[in-house]
Amino acid sequence: MKVYLDYAATTPVKKEVLEEMLPYFNQHYGNPSSIHSFGRESKKVIDLARDRIAKTLAAKSDEIFFTGGGSEADNWAIKGVAYALKSKGNHIITSKIEHHAVLHTCQQLEKEGFEITYLDVDHHGLINLEDLRRAIRNNTILITIMYANNEIGTVQPIKAIADIAKENSILLHTDAVQAYGSFKINPEILGIDLLSISAHKIYGPKGVGALYIKKGTKIHPLLHGGAQEKRRRAGTENLPGIVGFGKAAEIAYNNIEEHTEKLINYRDQLINKLMGKIPYTRLNGHPTKRLPGNVNISFEFIEGESLLLSLDMVGIAGSSGSACTSGSLDPSHVLMGIGLSHEIAHGSLRLSLGDLTTQEEIDYVIQHLPPIVERLRQMSPLYEKVKGEAKSV
Amino acid sequence: MYSDKVMDHFMNPRNVGEIENPDAVGQVGNPKCGDIMKMYLRIENDVITDVKFKTFGCGSAIATSSMATEIIKGKTIKEALRLTNSAVADALDGLPPVKMHCSVLAEQAVKSAIYDYATKNDLYFEELEGFDPNEEHDHHDHGDDHC
Repeated sequence: MKVYLDYAATTPVKKEVLEEMLPYFNQHYGNPSSIHSFGRESKKVIDLARDRIAKTLAAKSDEIFFTGGGSEADNWAIKGVAYALKSKGNHIITSKIEHHAVLHTCQQLEKEGFEITYLDVDHHGLINLEDLRRAIRNNTILITIMYANNEIGTVQPIKAIADIAKENSILLHTDAVQAYGSFKINPEILGIDLLSISAHKIYGPKGVGALYIKKGTKIHPLLHGGAQEKRRRAGTENLPGIVGFGKAAEIAYNNIEEHTEKLINYRDQLINKLMGKIPYTRLNGHPTKRLPGNVNISFEFIEGESLLLSLDMVGIAGSSGSACTSGSLDPSHVLMGIGLSHEIAHGSLRLSLGDLTTQEEIDYVIQHLPPIVERLRQMSPLYEKVKGEAKSV
Repeated sequence: MYSDKVMDHFMNPRNVGEIENPDAVGQVGNPKCGDIMKMYLRIENDVITDVKFKTFGCGSAIATSSMATEIIKGKTIKEALRLTNSAVADALDGLPPVKMHCSVLAEQAVKSAIYDYATKNDLYFEELEGFDPNEEHDHHDHGDDHC
């Protein structure tokens, strides 16, 4: 049996999405900037995709700007605002558990002379609103805090964050790449100025994303060139990608309640049954303020990569915050950020659920994971000691 | 990413476990870095007659431990001390570059166990000259920090 539980990494393109995309590779291939009928046809479907995405965010169509993915949207939002407002200030506030697309962008800006405050998070991964208030200076130009975390699933109090930003007349960007498609997000009501989303997390194609830019927000372009995207993002549009993104967004929000209800049910089954069956475990992330499809559990005394390999042998695909899976020496910055010790962080497993997840797959994981953990623990010198102590009690 | 041999030794590790009242025990690595190897030896007349290991770590850490035990079993102490990390890696049909440190750890686990034997029995092996089983091994050949 093959069980894909890595939907937070990426999702398969839905059949309806793919079907809608296909004609735009070789039948309707005109350049949307061209004046002829081929071009006009392409322009029309890009506008349709923009309308569809705008609708999911209750935004205006001219507030949606297509990008080459979530990372570009994050880069653009942060650098674009930083460059546009640098005469006003050079201070940006973010958190320690952001996606690398945000963190590394902030680090780059630091090299260019900007000052960045990286807010701590608590053991659930939530930022402290008082910390945020205290971090604000008179030269703060941007707050960028993710909507929901990709590794541990924790959902930030984005409305409260936005209120603080507004009180202080500071722009707020949020990386909503993981949250989009799982929550109804209305940036205008929430008070979000910039919001990044990506198609391939919601059963659309890879390599296309969008940045919501609230009307009137000052931002510099990241890519210079042609006049596409109202002169704000140059480059011939990824026509099939954008068409697919629009369709995927429409589908995602057509049955969002049903989708999230199903995922929450599966998620909680996995969390409760796995943690009930396996001792020495820890749920990473907030128990309730979390993404519907996110399970992240640390199994003490074992290492994540060997766990992933063993799961792969029985057909289960997950991911881990272990250093050994990242090619770096340290476990994930998110797991370290919520205060896990190195050894607990090394033993983390993320299972992320999605549309194609079935009850049979959940049962399969609940059946196969405990013996795998036990086998690895039997091999672990760290477990020896615990067993010894348990015996001596 | 891994060779079939690495996967075989990971899924079916040889000599995993403990030896009761072993003649020597060595442990290297630390949980912070995500890998610990513990090796138990039974030694009779300078020959390693039995060896067992326990490892906390990634797939290649488990596979290199397994392979190292297989290589040194039945060997004399002197022969075991000549085990190199590249011999372990080669025997597994190679390791990805970022995983070579696991083979270094396996070599050090063997040396650490023999060091324990030498200390207990007041023996001298020139191959252990300069070997410190308690040092924070710099077995990761990349990066810049503690591991």
